[in-house]
Amino acid sequence: MSFDLIADILTSVFLLLGAFLSLAAGVGLIRFPDAIARMHATTKPQILGLTFILAGIALEERQLSTTLVLMALLAFQMMTAPISAHMIGRAGYRNDVIAPGSLLVDELKQSIDEVQQELGRAENEPKNENDDGSPN
Amino acid sequence: MSDWVFIVVGLTLTAAAATALFRIIRGPSILDRMIASDMLLTTMICALGAEMIYNSHTRSLAAMFVLAGTAFLGSVVVARYVSRNGRL
Repeated sequence: MSFDLIADILTSVFLLLGAFLSLAAGVGLIRFPDAIARMHATTKPQILGLTFILAGIALEERQLSTTLVLMALLAFQMMTAPISAHMIGRAGYRNDVIAPGSLLVDELKQSIDEVQQELGRAENEPKNENDDGSPN
Repeated sequence: MSDWVFIVVGLTLTAAAATALFRIIRGPSILDRMIASDMLLTTMICALGAEMIYNSHTRSLAAMFVLAGTAFLGSVVVARYVSRNGRL
């Protein structure tokens, strides 16, 4: 059993796994009820499926320059995928895309409430200062 | 490497792209469409990688980079547009 054969078999397995993750994300994209759940499904091939495909390329080419480019591509994807998912999720929260009752823990609502309370206090405080400052 | 692996991979990626296309057409809100188009671009990146393995060349690496950057910029721009506009 030569190294080429082992690398070929591993590449085949990686390719099949990556393609299967893409298909699983597609099924989730069709069947899940709201935007956040769909986003949960589509993040699987974005990182793990791409990792499998890139590992297959690296195993098949076996050159340092190619592997370095692939690692740069994977690092770029790992940096940008959470940012875009965060922004899409926040936009969806503010536009009520999320199905009501689907969130068990809602930390963003707590933060928004706290900020709004502070804003309300800040609006009330100048009035109090004016009232208190009238003796002067 | 045997050909049936690439046949299976091609069919699976085609099915995944078809589901993403279905969600882009049917999606109730613009965010669903954006998520689906993100997923379509990821599928295209995977397909480019599989094609590179099949033909054993590395010419499509730049295209993979461009697709990854396009997916990121597209979703960020649409998310900001939706946040500012306040309606879907």
